[in-house]
Amino acid sequence: MTSSLDDALRGAPTDPAADLAVALARADAEGLVDVAYSSTDSPIGPLLVAVTPAGLVRLAFEREDDDGVLQELADRIGPRVLERPAGLDEVRRELDEYFEGRRDHFELPLDWRLSSGFRRTVLETLHAAVDYGHTVSYLELATMVGNPKASRAVGTAMATNPIPIVVPCHRVLRTGGRLGGYGGGLPAKAALLELEARDQPLF
Amino acid sequence: MNRPPFQQLLDAHGADLHRFCLAQTGPHHGPDCFQDAVLAALRAYPELTDSRNLRGWLFTIAHHKVLDHHRATARRPAPVPEVPERASSDGPPLAHELWAAVGRLPEKQRGAIALRYLGDLPYAEIGAVLGCSDAAARQNVRAGLAALRQEAPAR
Repeated sequence: MTSSLDDALRGAPTDPAADLAVALARADAEGLVDVAYSSTDSPIGPLLVAVTPAGLVRLAFEREDDDGVLQELADRIGPRVLERPAGLDEVRRELDEYFEGRRDHFELPLDWRLSSGFRRTVLETLHAAVDYGHTVSYLELATMVGNPKASRAVGTAMATNPIPIVVPCHRVLRTGGRLGGYGGGLPAKAALLELEARDQPLF
Repeated sequence: MNRPPFQQLLDAHGADLHRFCLAQTGPHHGPDCFQDAVLAALRAYPELTDSRNLRGWLFTIAHHKVLDHHRATARRPAPVPEVPERASSDGPPLAHELWAAVGRLPEKQRGAIALRYLGDLPYAEIGAVLGCSDAAARQNVRAGLAALRQEAPAR
């Protein structure tokens, strides 16, 4: 047949970037975005950050699979998950300042909805009570939430922390000071502790 | 029911959807048509219950936006010329001319050709979008191509 006609029909031009940007700005204005995400560089590797209108909802390390993280956000929060670097400027600014040693606490609003029950209580307590440059043991944190026998459950809460770094599960160590575990890998945990120890001794 | 993140739909189909809208409604109205289609898809996505054919779903929405545009244009007392004002550098002139010719085809033929060549949809799906059988969809593509060839016999 006339393949030249076929090719010419298929050869219609497109350059969607600018028009898509306008469409997504309209979507923002209409509240049609459930989750906005972007990737940002950090000294411990690329981080995926995701926000909802309520605040920062997820921060993921490179070793967590991005597609899996985004699918989980779609399933648990809403399927309108969109890459919107512009909407994440504030998050990135605070993270950059933190990694440069110029920020010892985060002011971002947090959306806690990926945590619930005991785990959420533990994470909120950690976030509120364990400051920059300080560490606690799993047992101490269990005691702080009024359940000293629950250090194993505290460990689970740390392992499932949806907002690491900002909710500082890297500050939770084994009794005796050994690192324990970390979703971002132990080298990342050690690097964060080292960063925070620069101005004040760990022990 | 697992709906993928909407970004995946844009990554996989956004460029084709844009081309589909611009080819049929021109460089002046095409961007609005495309944006309206994306917004309509975003509004509807949370309620979508069947995520097996997301490409077909997106092109169905875009097809309706194109129809809206053409109907609005037809109602307008002084129709805007279809030919782009600026000789555009963003594509081969052949494609512009050709799609302007597609724009003059009857509605079903135009839709069938766009869904076939820009949507890359199978005839059964084209039929579903146009509300006809797949045989009729195929026939509309064939008739449209014949008309285009008649208009430009060199091809």
